[in-house]
Amino acid sequence: MYRSLFPRDMFAEMDRLQREMQQAFDPSPTIRGFGRSGFPALNVGSTAKTVEIFALAPGVDPATLEIHLDRGILTIAGERKSAEPPAGAKETLHINERFDGAFRRVLSLPDDADPDSVEARARDGVVHVTVQRRASALPRRIAVQ
Amino acid sequence: MNDIQKTRDASTVPARTDERRFADATLTPPVDVIEDSSGITLYADLPGVPRDKLHLNVESDLLTIEGEIDLSVPEGLQSSHTEVGLGRFHRTFTLSKELDTEKISAELAQGVLTLRIPKAEHAQPRRINVQVN
Repeated sequence: MYRSLFPRDMFAEMDRLQREMQQAFDPSPTIRGFGRSGFPALNVGSTAKTVEIFALAPGVDPATLEIHLDRGILTIAGERKSAEPPAGAKETLHINERFDGAFRRVLSLPDDADPDSVEARARDGVVHVTVQRRASALPRRIAVQ
Repeated sequence: MNDIQKTRDASTVPARTDERRFADATLTPPVDVIEDSSGITLYADLPGVPRDKLHLNVESDLLTIEGEIDLSVPEGLQSSHTEVGLGRFHRTFTLSKELDTEKISAELAQGVLTLRIPKAEHAQPRRINVQVN
């Protein structure tokens, strides 16, 4: 959240209202915060065998991206360069909405995620991380003796 | 009476499913716009949009950027946390007269669209020499 220049700015008020509504409706606030408006945006889902994380990180070279998995905590960190013209250049910045600078996002994986079989692919600015689940956690049919 | 009412309802009011309701919803991609003496450069974040699903259109002075996200989602995926819930980007800009829409160049790399819109030659800044007699 950036600080507003004018404290009673309408947009700042609307931002605050939106945040309050989000907090009121979030069914399970976690200790690691809401994290709904960070960079990169994350979509997380799971199948029976894997946990799938989609990180929308446009304009970030996949080679410079740092992805770590430590004790069930997945960290995605990196830096995105600014498109802003250097100071003193004869250029005018009319709209500046895109994120720039260093970023770091952290999420906790389910207990059955296997840290030894993680795979990450990048395409069109989307990093897709696949974490396999341990075989012991797969649904099994239990035979009745 | 009841029957007539029913048939009329069915013909004029189509069933609104969730899919229909959200069919028009789009994401607004964040952009940076930088102007220099020879033209305008626009950067737009379009993560997940492949080249064949990006549509750029200029009609008179209206520039439209449209894109569709194409993710290879594995079968049977159950979503547990979604920050980007829509699959389409859409944004329009009004261009000014001195921009040359014939010479727009576009490049898409790592989910970032870079558009270069040059100024028409008559609109380029010129230095006027003062003749001294």
